[in-house]
Amino acid sequence: MKTLIAARMERCIGCQSCSLACARLVHKRLSWHTAGIRINSSGGISTGFEARVCLACDPPPCAAACPTGSLSPRKEDGGVKQDRSLCIRCGKCVAACPIGAIAQDELDNPYVCIHCGRCVPYCPHDCLELAEKGQANVIQEVAE
Amino acid sequence: MIRPHFRVLMVDLTSRKTHVVNVPGRETWLGGSGLGALLFEKYGDPGLPWSDPAQPLIFAIGPLTGYFPLMSKTICSFLSPYHGQYTESHAGGRSALALRFADMDALVIVGKAARPCVLSVGSKHMDIKDAPFLWGKDVFTTGKMVRNMFPGTGTRSILRIGPAGETGCAYACINVDTYRHFGRMGSGAVMGAKNLKAIAIQGDASFPLPEGKEYAKVFKEIYEQLTETTMMSKYHDLGTAGNVAALNELKSLPWRNLQATTDPGIDGISGERFAKDMLLRNTACAGCPVGCIHIGYLREKFMADNRYLYRQVAYDYEPIFSLGSMLGMTDGFGVLGLMDAVEREGLDCMSGGVALAWATEALEKGHITEAETLTPLKFGEAEGYKKAIHHLGVGTNDFYKRLAQGTMKAATHYNGQDYACVLGQEMAGYATGESFFVSESLSFRHSHLDSSAYSADQKPQDLDAPKIVAGFVKDEASRIVLTSMVGCLFARGVYTTERLQQALTSLGYAEVAANLDTAGQDIQRLRWRLRMRSGYAPMQATIPKRYSEVVTWKGPINTEFMETLRQTYAAKLMELGREVHGAEGKEG
Repeated sequence: MKTLIAARMERCIGCQSCSLACARLVHKRLSWHTAGIRINSSGGISTGFEARVCLACDPPPCAAACPTGSLSPRKEDGGVKQDRSLCIRCGKCVAACPIGAIAQDELDNPYVCIHCGRCVPYCPHDCLELAEKGQANVIQEVAE
Repeated sequence: MIRPHFRVLMVDLTSRKTHVVNVPGRETWLGGSGLGALLFEKYGDPGLPWSDPAQPLIFAIGPLTGYFPLMSKTICSFLSPYHGQYTESHAGGRSALALRFADMDALVIVGKAARPCVLSVGSKHMDIKDAPFLWGKDVFTTGKMVRNMFPGTGTRSILRIGPAGETGCAYACINVDTYRHFGRMGSGAVMGAKNLKAIAIQGDASFPLPEGKEYAKVFKEIYEQLTETTMMSKYHDLGTAGNVAALNELKSLPWRNLQATTDPGIDGISGERFAKDMLLRNTACAGCPVGCIHIGYLREKFMADNRYLYRQVAYDYEPIFSLGSMLGMTDGFGVLGLMDAVEREGLDCMSGGVALAWATEALEKGHITEAETLTPLKFGEAEGYKKAIHHLGVGTNDFYKRLAQGTMKAATHYNGQDYACVLGQEMAGYATGESFFVSESLSFRHSHLDSSAYSADQKPQDLDAPKIVAGFVKDEASRIVLTSMVGCLFARGVYTTERLQQALTSLGYAEVAANLDTAGQDIQRLRWRLRMRSGYAPMQATIPKRYSEVVTWKGPINTEFMETLRQTYAAKLMELGREVHGAEGKEG
């Protein structure tokens, strides 16, 4: 299955267009936080940026920790599906994620990347890619 | 929309209390520039000095902030330490989106803390922490420490001042997220006077989007126009630095305190040279896919045995002018070094560079000596300037304290007014001709961004003063609409009135959309009234002799026309700033 990969984050300019797009298009929110992908400076803006986004663990520990089945493993290649109607906002998925990729809003709703790729066209520097797992990282960077 | 009225967070540093004020008036005052003026009229006192603890320091965003790309700027409104009058300064970084997601249309800070402090605000908290340990720290060290004092990386903005803000330098800036600034007119000194070293704004709320398809449609169209056309490419490619060689070619780039307007040394400091040899990477304001911020790379050997450190310095046209050509610098790496020094002290780069250019010529002419400057100052020599920048930031002696109050104030004391490159404040980098000199001298922010005068000068124009002044006034009103949304002025080609109306309507602000042009004019008049009430006398604004000696691509300056234009514009400003009484009154 295709997976969102933040393959070229060294190109990131920190505009947060991806986070805003995810919040806007997937979650119908105006936000830079309630999104499956979030951009942090890695210790201050002078050191560049990193993406907090699901790495598609297989099997996913967040789904294992979820007591209600709101998060369940995708058919293949790791990552999760989310059924919001089942969520009791316990936050166990947030605690279970080893890299802090799941955010919670002020009402404790969790936000995790579902690998839909709708953020990809909003990145002005092609940092993001929706690709078969293991494929994106091997793509050579070519200066245009 | 989130709500029809303005939600304003008031913070009183004296009592260490905060409260929310709901302010009506969106249709008339829009947000940003308009909201800042409305709030200054409500909370400021133009009769008291700028440093009075009661004076407000206002940060305002607008109805489109966060909803659309390049709606990424914050307006800071305050009484300026530079001239004691009402003014504005604009900055981006993450400040605008942080305010949006902290759920406030404006943050108003009044009072004075008993000791140096840091303010942290968000949608669910207000916290003032004593921070005497930060006093005296440079801008970068302060930023690093504040990052560790509060949580929230990625969703916050950190505003801070350097030593210049603490010592009351009239052109101390507020640094925003390392690479952006409320640069001009001394907002940093206002923070310093309040014992406020830094502000952390935590954007920790989120909001539902409008129902229906209109918002998504308008967003998509605007985003495509900004990213898939060539409209923004000059900001994206070489950035504003691309103008350096172009203005040198046009005989409009100030060199060596404006003793020349072109120089063959241009190759060392052109935008092309910076991109080729010094550009490390780009970065962006939150919510802006253009990414116009160009960061240069500076490697410095600090010790024997090949011990090096590296610095990352944001460059643009204006700092290359003020700390480059204006100081006779022809080596780009040297210019980056001076930019870094200016950043550290928390000085405005334009005022700092132009002040030192004046000091260099004053030293050459014998109006001052090294007893004043404490270090040799020579055009083209970076080391002396680095030391002088530090002296300026901390106010080492009486000379630097005077210079830190404004170049003309120092020039008046040392008898060097004729060659002080001051157009209301230390000039921006456009020796383009009469229109720009008059515009910057008299306009509201004394900014090159108040009108397109520097652009008009670059083309042949009729010597028709009333027509040119009408253009300044119209241009100002239309820019006010954009700076009330609050959009980046680089996007003014994309955000036409029609586009802004579509965007506002898609968010449910149909009434605001219908009133845009009128609102722009109302805000313009209110800003000028506030400026006049705080003491502005445009008729008395003079243009120093140096500007009549300039030679541009058009030849020598037409001093007679420049004087006519000055008087015409000053008379128009008096009219714009006239108080309104009775039924016609539109007081907020």
